[in-house]
Amino acid sequence: MDGSLPRRGAGAALRHDSALKHTTGEARFADDASEAPGTLHAALVLSTIPHGTVTALHLDEARAMEGVVAILGPRDIPGKNDIAAAGSGEPLFADPLVEFAGQPLAMVLATTRDQALRAAAAVRAEIAPLDPVLSIEAGLERQQYVVAPQTMRRGDVAAALAAAPRRMEAEFRAGGQEHFYLEGQIAVATPGEDGDIAVVSSTQHPSEGQHVVARVLGCDYNRVTVTCRRMGGGFGGKESNASWVAAAAALGARATGRPVKLRLARRADMIATGKRHPFLYRWTAGFDGSGRITALRALLAADGGWSLDMSGGVVFRAITHAVNCCDVPDVEITGCAVKTNTVSHTAFRGFGGPQGALLMEDVVHRVAAACGLPPDVVRARNFLGSGGNSDELPYGQKVEGDLIARVWAEAKRDSEWDRRRGEIAAFNARHPTLRRGLGSMVLSFGISFGIMHLNQAGALVHVYTDGSIRLNHGGTEMGQGLFIKIAQVVSDVFGTDLERVAITATSTAEVPNTAPTAASTGSDLNGWAAHNAAMTIRDRMADVAATRWGIAPADVVFADNRVWAERAGSNRFLEFGELAKLCFLERVSLSSTGYYRTPDIHWDPKAMRGNPFFYFSYGAAVSEVVVDTLTGEHRCLRTDIVQDCGRSLNPAVDRGQIEGAFVQGMGWLTCEELWWDQGGRLRTVGPSTYKIPGSRDVPPAFSVRLLEGAPARSETIFRSKAVGEPPLLLAISVANAIKDAIGVEGLDLPATPERVLMAIRAKG
Amino acid sequence: MIGTFIAFTLNGRPVTLPAGTSPTTSVLDWLRASGLTGTKEGCAEGDCGACTVVLEEAGGARTPINGCLAMLGQMQGRAIRTVEGLRGPDGAPHPIQRAMAESDGTQCGFCTPGIVMTAWAHAREGGEVHEALAGNLCRCTGYRPILEVFETLADDGAPAPALPDPAPARFEAPGQVFHLPATLPELLALRAAHPEAWLLAGGTDLGLRVSDHREKPPAIICLLNVPELHRLEATSGAIEAGAAVPYARLLALFRREAGFGPYAALLARLGSRQIRGLGTLGGNLGTASPIGDALPPLLALGATVTLASQAGTRTLPVADFLLGYRKNALAPGEVILSVTLPRPVPDALFACEKISKRHDQDIATVGAALLVRIEGGMVAEARLAFGGVGPTVARAARAEAALIGRAFDEGAVNDAAEALMQDIAPLSDWRGTAAYRRLVAQGLLRRLHLRATQPDMPADIMEVV
Repeated sequence: MDGSLPRRGAGAALRHDSALKHTTGEARFADDASEAPGTLHAALVLSTIPHGTVTALHLDEARAMEGVVAILGPRDIPGKNDIAAAGSGEPLFADPLVEFAGQPLAMVLATTRDQALRAAAAVRAEIAPLDPVLSIEAGLERQQYVVAPQTMRRGDVAAALAAAPRRMEAEFRAGGQEHFYLEGQIAVATPGEDGDIAVVSSTQHPSEGQHVVARVLGCDYNRVTVTCRRMGGGFGGKESNASWVAAAAALGARATGRPVKLRLARRADMIATGKRHPFLYRWTAGFDGSGRITALRALLAADGGWSLDMSGGVVFRAITHAVNCCDVPDVEITGCAVKTNTVSHTAFRGFGGPQGALLMEDVVHRVAAACGLPPDVVRARNFLGSGGNSDELPYGQKVEGDLIARVWAEAKRDSEWDRRRGEIAAFNARHPTLRRGLGSMVLSFGISFGIMHLNQAGALVHVYTDGSIRLNHGGTEMGQGLFIKIAQVVSDVFGTDLERVAITATSTAEVPNTAPTAASTGSDLNGWAAHNAAMTIRDRMADVAATRWGIAPADVVFADNRVWAERAGSNRFLEFGELAKLCFLERVSLSSTGYYRTPDIHWDPKAMRGNPFFYFSYGAAVSEVVVDTLTGEHRCLRTDIVQDCGRSLNPAVDRGQIEGAFVQGMGWLTCEELWWDQGGRLRTVGPSTYKIPGSRDVPPAFSVRLLEGAPARSETIFRSKAVGEPPLLLAISVANAIKDAIGVEGLDLPATPERVLMAIRAKG
Repeated sequence: MIGTFIAFTLNGRPVTLPAGTSPTTSVLDWLRASGLTGTKEGCAEGDCGACTVVLEEAGGARTPINGCLAMLGQMQGRAIRTVEGLRGPDGAPHPIQRAMAESDGTQCGFCTPGIVMTAWAHAREGGEVHEALAGNLCRCTGYRPILEVFETLADDGAPAPALPDPAPARFEAPGQVFHLPATLPELLALRAAHPEAWLLAGGTDLGLRVSDHREKPPAIICLLNVPELHRLEATSGAIEAGAAVPYARLLALFRREAGFGPYAALLARLGSRQIRGLGTLGGNLGTASPIGDALPPLLALGATVTLASQAGTRTLPVADFLLGYRKNALAPGEVILSVTLPRPVPDALFACEKISKRHDQDIATVGAALLVRIEGGMVAEARLAFGGVGPTVARAARAEAALIGRAFDEGAVNDAAEALMQDIAPLSDWRGTAAYRRLVAQGLLRRLHLRATQPDMPADIMEVV
């Protein structure tokens, strides 16, 4: 990439710290550590019906099977049978109410995994069935919610709709998405002295894992240590779901006094753990002939599944992102999550933001069609902060309208939009069955947790007397490159090579009371926390050096693995390790915690107003597809992306996040389809039936550019910006391109070949 | 002594497993239990490729396979390499491991060892990169950096290690017996004696029952060492393929043989390299799945299948072999010996189609093999075979009749498409509704017409560049 980038420290395009360990197979995941003697393997007994009451569990056959040590159910829980992430009332094992097909009923512990799986299959559950609710519509009809409708309002929508020159209404839907992290859910719990439990967990949220384990075991938090060195992918799927897996393993360890490993087979993982929320949308918009949208009333109804989980946050983000990058003066957005007898839907990269943004795209495309204008023109006509439009979102927060306009202008230019429009039209005029199309997307994504108190982080840094540095913080590594980024921050502070900084596993015993690694905030929060810890130590070291040299501490310079008087390269210097040793001899502490909380954010949930986000991330994309009108098959031929990363902490890692998020988003919107049968059972339960993108699905021409010269205007760590989630929304450009190709303005998602063909046929 | 010990070469070193080791233990489970945890379990159904290991064939060829589907018994006399076995003698990472690391080809790293093994095989075998990577899913990177590494791979030139003696063998474990007959008479005698035994060719279907469903079959007859089942011959009129020839070998031959190009293109989408390294046409026939991806062309070409038993052999058309939903004509004691595929006449229109949610490594929602021969401007012969639209892969007799004797024009195609609706009886499932399958089947007839009448236009989305 850019040759002028720094070689080390913040801003360097360094590779993932574990890259070579990944490629050699040395990197240890939770299932890779050698098992302690006596380790038991756990397998879950899952409900096969979506709603009912457990009347009996027949365990005798399973108990008698070879290797079976124990079978645990709700009665065997010493603490609370409650694994809720937020709120309460979400049992680990159904008792006696079963609320979805795939709900854990009991857990078998056996000497080998095979024995546990076979015995679990031999447990026979008697469940008296109840009438299930299996669709968003049914949930809405019964007014059965896990998140009751809440409305964000600005202005007078009724009046504005009445006054608008034109009005239209529409309904559409978007499907959910399976995380399909390559490493399935896993936890290994080891009992210790005094009721201690140590859990190695593949988790984005060690602290929540700790809390849920303690709740289920009925013990204090300080008896539970949750550790995670790395995950084989998370994407939101290892927040709340990892916690109950950890709790189940811990329960087994407590019950038997032996280490217990619970690793979900892919099928069980897909059946029993939550997914991205499917949404149903109904809206009415008022607009004029120029495509200016002046009023919007919308309902965004999520399928929450059987329990709350994190649906509250997902609904919040869907509502706050429903107008995306557009200004709508009079607006009324209602969001809710209905309760259905389906697995409880959960966090997934974007966390309701992508689903929110789909609303505005649908509005823009249908309004554009009604006005006979291109959708990109209508979207730009309504950009926040452009052409006299307000730059204030309906809930009162302002965005940087210049950056919205800029990312779009650059993406449009990079994509050679106008030239290709002509080419595509010529192709379509000539070809009897294939149709090409061009679609765009512009995003504005708020960065911060919607739950204000989660916007905090801690770090723990030690400098040893040889000058080596040990870094620990509350963030977790799921492949996104967080650990390398934070290590870059710390090496930047100390002016040392990155190799001097040891990266260590996340642990509730080292940094307590942490937020999940989620909401794209990992680097923002933990970067500052680690920076603050390192600065505390550096200041102490600078004092020692300053005293020795008789200069002001501010004149001590940390660079090139040395500490210099007044400037790097001067003739008075100490090796970094020498100064560390000197500090020890002077009895100066070389260890510090660091803490950070995001400033200036607030949210009034009653008024649905505030400044909930520290800043916004912007991006734009243009995608081209070709569609076969005989079969509905389609393929993305080219994508051009411009993404705002502020002043990137690591351009190589950020590019990887952008590309990966885009392809994942493309999967959500095109080929990944969750299919439940009429009995409420998920039937797409493995990669043979649930299709995530393969290498051929990546656009053969795929240009990704980081927006240049746009350091964050908020005081972020080194003026960088978050990148984990926002680019996922850019994949909406692919769905928009499909609409363009087949000449429809609305399209239910995912746009599988079947939906595309049916849309073509419906159009006639 | 009861049976013999399973012996293979692992990372260049001979391994002999202790007596009593279950021969149906998956290679993946065994590797991980042995401390070689670089090979990962992502799905246990042969789809994600995190468990990819490479068979080092005599002669140096490298065949990537899914460690989750391959059973230890199948490894008898073979050589396997895992991600741990790529380091040089000095312990240095392999250049491919370095390249993948230095090019940002890893994020979470869980799929990476499997991708590295696929790359190591690809460096020697070559071919199209997406075809090479189709059996490896990555959820993090979006593949771009991985593809870049694949474009620049160099073969390390390392020779294949010595293979242990694939001596005739029989492995026993508590409650299990695994036969590896070495001759056809031996196979037929075993088949007669054990009608309930699993007949194991590549194991890409049966392996699922072990890996995913954790079954422990009491008896297995493995076809790996029976030479008659591994013959592959092309004559002027036909290709004759032994039932246990893996798809990878068929694909290589089809690519070379005139007339088989469309079938080759279809086989290149069947599973992945890992699946094609093990899976066989005989297996696809044996399961008689209604969506057997490789089967429609057999009907379109008029292929025959030869069955053998101790009573002798018999040959019948594939159409008569496929009796119904997962039902075939094998009599007790019989095995599939070979398949004979007549060469399509040179001037026939022949297209093999597969519609699925994902282009690569998916199972067909609708599959089709369409062969139309035109003489003097009229359709003289039409053999239209479809999969995924009825209880078994079958020809569409009414649609064929609608074409015969007519010019192959839009009117005839429309009539055939109409008649086709009487031929097929699709169901709705997660791959597609019955209504969609009907529309697609019709669309494929129209696509054939497009291929025939506008040969210089891209006929499908993959032909657009």
